[in-house]
Amino acid sequence: MEILLFGITREIVGESTLTVEPEETLQTVGQLKAWLGQRYPALQKLSSLAVAVDSEYADDAQPLSPGQEVALIPPVSGG
Amino acid sequence: MLVKLVTEVDLNEAFHYLQDPGAGGIDLFVGTVRNHAHGKEVVKLVFEAYAPMALKEMQKLAVAAQQQWPIEKLVILHAVGEKLVGEPVVIIGVASAHREVAFTACRFLIDELKKTVPIWKKEYYQDNSVWVNAHP
Repeated sequence: MEILLFGITREIVGESTLTVEPEETLQTVGQLKAWLGQRYPALQKLSSLAVAVDSEYADDAQPLSPGQEVALIPPVSGG
Repeated sequence: MLVKLVTEVDLNEAFHYLQDPGAGGIDLFVGTVRNHAHGKEVVKLVFEAYAPMALKEMQKLAVAAQQQWPIEKLVILHAVGEKLVGEPVVIIGVASAHREVAFTACRFLIDELKKTVPIWKKEYYQDNSVWVNAHP
């Protein structure tokens, strides 16, 4: 699974996309967030961290499946 | 509606689009780069967007506004890339029969855009830079 990264999440990870290997068996958005938080503790220090699946905000219970476009959404600051 | 991410926001384009014979008022909000934040001098801002989602979220806001108020024309333009002090970075425009709706919808659109649309700005000072809102 490829995760798109923006803003501060891109800087924390050091890449604009992050590849999660299938053997990690992350089945939900919540599991993905927990996994990311362990690997990149700096993500836990953000004011908030949302996940978008197929360019829609997703809650923690949402299942992940191959072929989806997944992105990390750190606190937005447009305008 | 006219909803776009652009490298240069164009006031003329927005105003031209908002012309409507049924409109008695056109409201334009222009967000610009301020030269200070948190007591420090700001040199520039850099905007980054998750473009497909940002457009979708801006379109949702536009539809929500159109469902709530009688709007003739509506514009949301947001810049991406580097912007210097004084430059416009976002334009919200609403044309409506009466000014009350134009003012109200315009305010709704900019307030909600700041909450939900996946666009990020990095503030550059003389000595460092920070992603706005990233940390508590």
